[in-house]
Formats: sequence, structure tokens, C-alpha cells
Amino acid sequence: MKDTHFVSGAAHTDRIHDSAIKHVTGRADYTDDIGQPEGTLHAYLGVSTVAHARLNGIDLTDVLAFPGVVGVLTADDVPGVNDISPTGQNDEPVFPTDRIEFHGQPLFAVVAETRDAARRAAELARIDCDVLPHALDPIAAQEAGYPHVTAPLKLERGDVDTALSGARNRITGRMTVGGQDHMYLEGQIAFAMPGEDDDIVVHCSTQHPSEAQHMVAHVLGVPSNAVVVNVRRMGGGFGGKESQMNLFCAVAAMAAKKWNRAVKIRPDRDQDMTATGKRHDFVIDYDVAFDDAGRIEAVGGTFAARCGYSADLSGPVTDRALFHADNAYFYPHVRLTSRPMKTNTVSNTAFRGFGGPQGVIAAERIIEEIAYATGQDPLDVRKANFYSGEGRTLTPYHQAVEDNILDRLVMELEEGAAYRQRRNDIVAFNDTSPVLKKGIALTPVKFGISFTATWYNQAGALVHVYNDGSIHLNHGGTEMGQGLNTKVAQVVAEAFQVDFERIKITKTTTEKVPNTSATAASSGTDLNGMAALDAVEQIKSRLIAFAADHWGVAPERVRFAANRVHVGDEALTFDAFIKKAYLARVQLSAAGFYKTPKIHWERARGQGRPFYYYAYGAACSEVTIDTLTGEYRVERTDILHDVGRSLNPALDKGQVEGAFIQGMGWLTTEELWWDDAGRLRTHAPSTYKIPLASDRPRVFNVNLADWSENRELTIKRSKAVGEPPFMLGISVFEALSMAVASVADYRECPRLDAPATPERVLMAVARLRNGG
Amino acid sequence: MTYRTEIRFILNGTDVSVPDVAASQTLLDFLRLNRRLTGTKEGCAEGDCGACTVLVGRLTGDGLVYAPVNACIRFLASVDGCHVVTVEHLSGPDGRLHPVQQAMIDHHGSQCGFCTPGFVMSLYALWMQTPEPTAAQVETALQGNLCRCTGYEPIVRAAVAVSRYGTPAADHLNTERAAMTARLKRLQSDARVVSGPADNLSILPASVDDLAACLLTYPDATIVAGATDVGLWVTKFLRNIGPAIFTGHLDRLKTIAMEGDVLTIGAGASYTDCQDALSEHLPHLTGYWDRIAGWQVRNMGTVGGNIANGSPIGDTPPVLIALEAEIVLRRGDVRRTVALEDFFIEYGKQDRAAGEFVETIRIPIPSQNDRNAAYKISKRRDEDISSVAVGIQVTVAEGRITRSRIAFGGMAATPKRATAAEQALQGQVWSQAAFDAAAKALEQDFRPLSDWRASAAYRMLSAQNLLRRFYLEQDTATAAPVRLETA
Ligand SMILES: Cc1cc2nc3c(=O)[nH]c(=O)nc-3n(C[C@@H](O)[C@@H](O)[C@H](O)COP(=O)(O)OP(=O)(O)OC[C@H]3O[C@@H](n4cnc5c(N)ncnc54)[C@H](O)[C@@H]3O)c2cc1C
Ligand code: FES
Ligand code: FES
Repeated sequence: MKDTHFVSGAAHTDRIHDSAIKHVTGRADYTDDIGQPEGTLHAYLGVSTVAHARLNGIDLTDVLAFPGVVGVLTADDVPGVNDISPTGQNDEPVFPTDRIEFHGQPLFAVVAETRDAARRAAELARIDCDVLPHALDPIAAQEAGYPHVTAPLKLERGDVDTALSGARNRITGRMTVGGQDHMYLEGQIAFAMPGEDDDIVVHCSTQHPSEAQHMVAHVLGVPSNAVVVNVRRMGGGFGGKESQMNLFCAVAAMAAKKWNRAVKIRPDRDQDMTATGKRHDFVIDYDVAFDDAGRIEAVGGTFAARCGYSADLSGPVTDRALFHADNAYFYPHVRLTSRPMKTNTVSNTAFRGFGGPQGVIAAERIIEEIAYATGQDPLDVRKANFYSGEGRTLTPYHQAVEDNILDRLVMELEEGAAYRQRRNDIVAFNDTSPVLKKGIALTPVKFGISFTATWYNQAGALVHVYNDGSIHLNHGGTEMGQGLNTKVAQVVAEAFQVDFERIKITKTTTEKVPNTSATAASSGTDLNGMAALDAVEQIKSRLIAFAADHWGVAPERVRFAANRVHVGDEALTFDAFIKKAYLARVQLSAAGFYKTPKIHWERARGQGRPFYYYAYGAACSEVTIDTLTGEYRVERTDILHDVGRSLNPALDKGQVEGAFIQGMGWLTTEELWWDDAGRLRTHAPSTYKIPLASDRPRVFNVNLADWSENRELTIKRSKAVGEPPFMLGISVFEALSMAVASVADYRECPRLDAPATPERVLMAVARLRNGG
Repeated sequence: MTYRTEIRFILNGTDVSVPDVAASQTLLDFLRLNRRLTGTKEGCAEGDCGACTVLVGRLTGDGLVYAPVNACIRFLASVDGCHVVTVEHLSGPDGRLHPVQQAMIDHHGSQCGFCTPGFVMSLYALWMQTPEPTAAQVETALQGNLCRCTGYEPIVRAAVAVSRYGTPAADHLNTERAAMTARLKRLQSDARVVSGPADNLSILPASVDDLAACLLTYPDATIVAGATDVGLWVTKFLRNIGPAIFTGHLDRLKTIAMEGDVLTIGAGASYTDCQDALSEHLPHLTGYWDRIAGWQVRNMGTVGGNIANGSPIGDTPPVLIALEAEIVLRRGDVRRTVALEDFFIEYGKQDRAAGEFVETIRIPIPSQNDRNAAYKISKRRDEDISSVAVGIQVTVAEGRITRSRIAFGGMAATPKRATAAEQALQGQVWSQAAFDAAAKALEQDFRPLSDWRASAAYRMLSAQNLLRRFYLEQDTATAAPVRLETA
């Protein structure tokens, strides 16, 4: 035992990721690396090649005859309920029975001795169907009279119609915002092992083990207690493994039970990208009224989303788009409506930000419109509209913004990045540079933290202290790279005052913590950190009671510090103390629990306090575009981001950097492209281009607002970090827009659609040069 | 002729001999499934993500050279005689972390960790070659590695810092170089290798002459050079490529030399192999070259393969056509020379007979009066397929354009010259107006397609603007920078 005053890996320190050594040595095991038992079978999905059709039947003769094939699974083989819809809408079958709803939809599964055989055989099915007309995007869907996949939401405050119609300045416009593939490096995968009776164990890569467990039970027609779902780590998730793993878990489990052999299913990248959902594309119609100084008077907005053929998480995603359509700005009168459109595309799902980014970008477009209309620097328009002051704190959903720190944060970034000076220099540069043009933008983000489904804001943890003093930590959150396990272990190390190394982080399993929520909505540390702390506090209070009694001291004189327990004037090593506690029959294990206080939400009225608190940030990006080709480069980005009192500044900075680049990718080179037949043609990294190292800003300064502290009693006063910085990527998009605007002397809002590929940039340049 | 039926190589420290290697057997599956070396990951199985990066060391004229490659599209048969190094081999016998690994840890270079072994391998190769790289060199080395979590910043910082953790001289690949060379030499033989099941045969000819002979025996065999196209036929399209004749081990097919004013490149030379000769003789191609694929693919992919596959969006044909390159095709002992532009007959059809192979590419070196440029436009700058690519060669004498060759990729069903644009330039004064006219004439030359890479309108407009860029860039009167790379 080290004899220092500190413990390693305490809260608020730069502890490395708990798996870092395993990552760099290749010894971190992902689901596909788990050793397979003798006789393991492999499943592969057979998919549709039309976007919409009446399904008459599937002839699987050739599939079954293929060497190595053991059998197939179709809708008829579902022993329980043929449904994996995460919100219980019963609109998402494992395999469809009578209707094909998108190109690439899984129709059946082949099970074979090898993955290669299953994959090859899956191509041999003959699908008998009558093709129907399809609608791929939300506008086409509206025109074709397609329904909403789930009930739309309306947020309203004030008298928006009067304010809009009476306005001196009013602009309406439309913005199209593309979706995004998660492109987690590890694809979807599930590996099921049958047990006795109803039992089944599924190893998989899901952000939501409890849901996978319930879905497998539902599909198998067995109670949840028969199903165990395990996740040690994911090779990235980003929302793409929140509900999307249900299908793979269900198929693997069905096959494992049917043949009583272990079954693994791992789609190739193309199938992963075509058969699983993505970020929702949106078409946003906005209508804004503002005064001559650029202050917003009223905003109307309709947010139509490409939801795909089923609801999946489209309800809460489109809700969150509305919740963030104000970004950081006060709208005196407002009406926002969502239109979650059914389309003949894969069912879209969660993705970092969960609809929030699409809302925020609409707000930033509105700011741009006002800036160009009033001839101001967009930053001035932004500042003029920040939530602040009397009567200017109420959001469109009637929650007051009470913790706003954007005035200070933006001011610090503006100065730190020398925004004004550089903007002037850029305007001067653009005047003399005929081909290359620059742009700069400083954009803020305010992001609401909590699941809007209030009941999700709960978590559990399980902590054991073994009698040798080693600690076993388990909680309901899943590790997908974000460092959740590391942070929660830091909380435990800090609370027990023991070195981090003493704590064993174990795989997430439905056996240890039941009824967990998805590791999503940036909530992982907030919820699970608190639950783990609760468990530790329970054990500690038993230990303190024991020590007070055993040594005859007041409980206040029992103190945990630096790998020791001080009892009165005596100090014992943690190990020795625990051994004594064990011999005295103290229970050294506890289940912790946490639920977020204060929040409530009435969807029907569009009112409540859906968010416990807000996280803030801002980014300033400078770009150069080539007006001959539309190519561009990000020259510099400065970020100042708020994570409250960081539990681990190094990991939090990593989240900010990674989220920014991912957000930038969403708005620049990542383009989803369907052909007329409804087939996604950008379905692998060869055609779908996420940022590379060479795409990151030439100069990249990322800082945490180290003065910030969560006003609410969150874990160690930290704030969630996963999603909010994603929206900092919008600064790149806005900077591109300014560079484009320069070709028409900044008189016109370029109205760039996203993603701003080189093509969109060039075409916008051409449009503005030709007079709009 | 002697024959061998097993594939022999050294995997990390171990001699491996695999009998019956099917042509379509990939190195990645062999590592993960047969050897349970699961540190090497599959992220895409198409050469684009780098999660499967391993080093392959090969004996060349310059001794034992290690290069990072994509195990996912590398066929097992093609590592015959090589030293394959996976991430499991890095820490060395004492178990201590490698400098690259330690740097990655200290800089928080991993989050989910799935991409990490691949990054570690690319950075390992970079550090051995360039121990103290600039950030720009790191970026070039990492063009073939995707990370979705970190945003790359910590990885680049780690890469720049590796030399502080150790020197390549002390690395075990270097300290054991002589011994490894000797071991690999023992694997060499004059035998033709014929391995695998009859319907999926792998053939490694003993020499270039033997390649010609093999192709006479199997005129419809798939020639596999770097497998950066053929690999995907297998991993993505599940195509049967047997019998496959591998050429990557044939040094004689990689010869690069000057013959008078002509640069000759063996069809088997990889993009990386060509780099030095290009910077010496065709410097306008160097920046362009670095934008073809990523490092791993450039270490495998060949110019010969890029030409032979006949793609309308391959990056080398347009620039080579502009340079008036020819190719030498060989069948048995018969050789013929074809102007590269005539090789591409129509989409999917080239002037290559059964049993014939591309042996050499002959590129005349431009003269003093020739102005040359090569431009590529893609959605993402690096490691992306072109939406438009162009090679331009314009000869100017006394202020007039006396000759021009402009060839585009991505604008038609084959790589194709813009004859109307060339005509528009012919005899004109070197001027903006001449290039505007040429740009206009492109509308007669091409009717490009719309697809996921670009719309027809964008292809046309950007192609036209690339001619304007050429003028602005070559014109001494233009003061302001006209290109991001040179800004
Ligand atoms: C991730 C990735 C990125 C890429 N990026 C680019 C890019 O940016 N630009 C670009 O142009 N290309 C790109 N490519 C494709 C490029 O790498 C290939 O076209 C490559 O040049 C082909 O060479 P190879 O040696 O790998 O050929 P192989 O795949 O081995 O063969 C390709 C074809 O050529 C034939 N062939 C090979 N050698 C001969 C010969 N000597 N005689 C006759 N036929 C022969 C083969 O039979 C086959 O039909 C990329 C590929 C990948 C995987
Ligand atoms: S697995 Fe992606 S490059 Fe090989
Ligand atoms: S760390 Fe997750 S992809 Fe790189």
C-alpha cells in the first residue's frame, strides 16, 4: 500500500480510461472477440431489394440447399411476439409478414455453420412481392398522405400569429438538414448462448441491455428473468446501439433456442448501415419576426422528419428537436410543431444529440437570416437574443432557464479567440482574394440534460467489498468509449478513499442491476455515478457504525482517507479494516439507486420542467473555401465548453473534441444518398465519408470552462458531456456560410443546406453570384 | 519447374506454413478465426477504416521493408515469404508497452478503443520510418485510419510525441532485422506456388516469365496485384476469384527506371513504390498522389491495377493520359504497346486479350515548355474516390498555346480526353479568355452522371473551374492564392 495523502484516480483528476492499456495492446475484448463454444452457428440477414411492396411469400429453397446452412428463421418462427419496437408501438416486426417497408429491410435470417455460408445463402432467396409506390423523404411522404409514425408535439407560448403578422420585419424560409450514420467502428453484433429451461445469455454491443433483455424475452415469449444480456464494452455507440441491437439480439436468441447451439450474428458494414437506423433528416420551415435591432419577436417552426417506416425513437427525437429549436435564444412568442413522418426508409433512431442538433441548427439559421437582413455580425444578433434578464427566461416549453452562463462563456471565447479582430481581417482578406474566401463564426449551445421520458431518469449500481479489501463495481450504464466506467470508479475511489486500482470494473449485465435505462442522453455519469455513490455510502455507513461500536468512538471520528480508515487516533489500512468488519459480520455489499429530482413533463400540454439543468458551450471556427470547386478547410477552432466541475478533465476534453469533429462531419462531408429506387448508396466508409485526421481544424484549442459548477446537486457538481459539444460543429457550418456570403458582399443569407459538401458550397456560391 | 502447395510466412515470431490456401482467404480472417489474434479488428472489410492494419515486412532490393497494410482485403496467399506483424507483437518479450502504445495512453488517444490497434500499427510504421513526424506527416500516415470517437487530436499529439518514448533503433523489428532477414531468405524458393481447392486456386508464379506462362494456362484467371480492388470483390460482393494469379511478390514487375526521356513503371509497382520517382521527374503529381486512397492502400495498390481495372474514376488514368503515357501489354512472349487513352474502350471494356497482362507503363517526361497539373475533387479531401479528376498538359510557346492534352476522370464512362476543350485552346494566346472558352467547350465533351459522389451539374461546373484554376495557378500575374493546398 502506498503511503501518501492522496488516492490515485480520485474525482476531478485526469485518470486514463480504465481500458486504455487493453485498447492499445489489442487485448480489450469486444463481442466478436469472445471465444466461441464448440458448434457455434452464425446467422445472417436476408433483406429486401425494393422499398415498398406487398409481401406474398419468400421461397427459401435455394437458401436451405446451400452447403453449410442449418436452417432459416422467418416471421413464422417467432415463438413470442413478432415485435421489437422500443416504445411498445408494435410497429416494428423482427421480420415482416405481409409488407416490405424499406429497401434493405431484413426479411429472414439464415443460420449456417459459418458466417460465410450464411452470408452467401442469404442472397439466394426469391421474394414474391407486388411493388408499391414509395416515399423516401418527409416532403414526398406528406404529399403522398403518409401518416405520422407517432403523435406530433406542439410547443407554444404567447400569441405567435399576431406577433408574426404585425411584424415590421419577417422572414420565412426552409432548411433541409441531412441525417447521419453512426459509423461506430465496431458494427452491430449479438452472440447468444442457450441455457437450460427458458434461459438464454446474450453477449452484445448495446447501449441498452435492459431493453435488449426485455425484447428478447418478448420475442421468445419467456419472462425477462430467463434472459441475461451482457455488455463489457462497445466499439462506439453514439445512439446507434440504443434500440438497434434489439433485432440482432432477437435473431441470435431465437436461433440459439431453436437449434440449442450458440449463435452469433454480425452483419457486414453495408448491411449494418442499410438495415439500421440513423440520425433523422429534417425539413424545417421557419417564420421569424424581429425588430430593427435584430431582436426576435416571434418564431414559428415546423419540423418534418424522415422517421422511416416505424416509430422507433422518433417520438422523443422529434420532441427534442423542438426542445432545442430555441438553442440559447429567447422567443417572446413561439409555436413549434413536429411532423414525424413515416417514410419508406430504415427507421431512424437515436444519435448523439437525439434531435437536439437539428433544432439548434434551425435557431442558428434564424439568427443568420436576421444578421444578413439587418447587416450585422451574427454574433451580435446571437448575444442580443440570449436568454437573460427579467421576462426573458422562459423556454417554449415553459421551463425557466435559471443557470445560463453563456454571457460570460461567450465573452471569454470571443476574447480568447480574438474573434472581432479576426473577423475584420477576414472581411479584408475576402475583398482582395478572388478565389479563396474565408469565414468565421462563433456559435453557442445550450443543451437540456435529462431524458424527456421522466421515468428513464433512474439508475442502479451494485458494489461489493470483498474481505481482502478489493472492490467490485457494477452499474447499469454501458461503456462505449466515453469513459463512464472510469468516472464512476473515480467516484467510488474518492468516496472510499482508496486507490483506483483497487476497484474492478465489471461488465454491464442485467443480472446485477435490473431495469436500467439506456446509456444515452449524456446521462450515464449523472445517473450511474450517483447510484454507485449511494451504494458506497450505504456500505460506509455500516462500516462507520461498526467502527464506532467496535472501538468505542463517536461516528464522526471514523474517517476514510488515503487508503486508510482512521478510527479515533488509530489508523488502519483499508484491507485490515475491512477484514475486521467482515469478521464482525458487517454486510459489505450494497445496491445503490438514484432518481433525478425536480423534473416533470406534461407532453399533452407542452409544459413542464423536462430538464434538470442545462450544459453550455461555444465554439469559434474559421474556414477557407475555394470558390472554384467548393472545397474547404477548417483553419482554426476554439472551444470553451461547460462540464460543470469536471470529474475527469482529460476524458471530458476528449468527449468535447470528438463530439465537435462528429458534429462537423454531420454538417460537412457526411451525406446519406438514396437513389430513386430507395436504395441507400452511401452505405460503407468507401461512400460515406466521416472526418479524417486531416479534416480536423489546423489549429484546435479546446478548453473547459473550469470556473463552472453545476447549480444542481449532480454528482460532484459535474455536468453531462456526451452530447452538448456535438452542436459546436455548427460553428463550422456557419463559418462556411459566411465565406459563401462574401461572394455577394454579405448582403444575402446563403441558405446553405446541410451537409455542406463541397458541392453544396460551390452551388451556393454560384447561386449567390448569379444574384440568388 | 518446381511446385509448392503451402503458403509460408512468419507471423509475429512464429513460422507458419498453411496448406491449401484458397484464393479468397483473407489475412484478417486467418488472424482472427484461425489464430485468434483478435487484436486486429474488422471495421469495414473494404480497406477504408484501418482497424485491421498490420505490418507486412518483405524482402526487397532495399532489404527488409515493413509497410502497414489492410489485412481485411489482403489475401493470405499474398503474404507468402513475408513477415506479418500484428498488434500482439508490439510490446516485445519483456511485456513492456511499446513507445507508440505508451504515447497513445498518455495522450488519451483511445476512447472506445476499437480503432486503436489499427492506429497503433500505422503510427508504429510511421515512427519507424519518420521518428519525428510533423503533424502534416502524421495526417498523411493516418489517411487510412478512421476514428469515430476521439476527433483525432489526441492521436496526432501522441504520434508527434512518440520519439520521446523511444527510438526505432531499439525496436525489436530493428534489432532482430538481420535474423528476420535470414529467416525470410530461407522461405524463398524458385518454386511456383499452387495452393487451395481446385475451384478457388491461388497461384504465385515463380517469376514474371512464369506469370506470362501461368496466364497462358489460365487465361481467365484473376490477376491479383495489390488486391485493393479485387479484395472488395470478395469481401463485399462475395465473388469467386479463383483461379487467382498473384503478382505482388514479383519484384521484377515493380521496376521503376528512366529510359531516355521516358519514365517506365512496372505494372506491379505500388503507389508508394512510385513516390520517389514522381517527386524527381513529375513533381506536379506528388500532392495528387498523396490523395489517392490512404497509406495502407498506397502500400498495396498498384498503378497497373488502377489502369487494368478500367474504372472511369481511377485517379491515375487521367493524369497519365495527359502525359501521353503508353502501356506495354504482354501475352506469353508477345508484347505490344498501346496508348493509354486507347486502352479504355468503353465502360467495363478494355483493350486487353485473355491471357494478356499489363507489364509496364511508359510515361514521357514533359519538356520545359509544358505546363502540367493534376487535380482531384472529392467529397472528403483524403481517402475518397474522385468526383472529378483531371490531368492537364499545356505547351506554351511565345505566349501561345501550341498543344494541350486534357483528360478527365469521373466525367464519362471511361477516363477520357476533353478534345473540344483542347481544340478551344489550340493556337490561342495564353489568357483567361482562352480557358473560359475551353471551359465552355467541356459541355460538348462530356455529359456526366449524377450519383452519390456528385451531381452532373457539380461535376460539370467544377470541371470547368478546374481549367480556370489551371490558368490562374500557372499564370505568373495571379497574385492571390487560388488553391487551399498552396494558400
Ligand atoms: C480504401 C480504398 C481507397 C481507394 N482510393 C482510391 C483513390 O483515391 N483513387 C483511385 O484511383 N483508386 C482508389 N482505390 C482503388 C485503387 O487502390 C485500385 O484501383 C488500385 O490501384 C488497383 O491496384 P491493385 O494492385 O490493388 O489491383 P488489384 O485489386 O489487384 O486488381 C485490380 C484489377 O486489375 C487487374 N490487374 C492488376 N494487375 C494487372 C496487370 N499487371 N495486368 C492486367 N491486369 C491487372 C486485376 O485483375 C483486377 O481486375 C482505393 C481502394 C481502396 C480499397
Ligand atoms: S477492416 Fe476497415 S480497413 Fe480493413
Ligand atoms: S476510439 Fe472509438 S473509433 Fe477510435
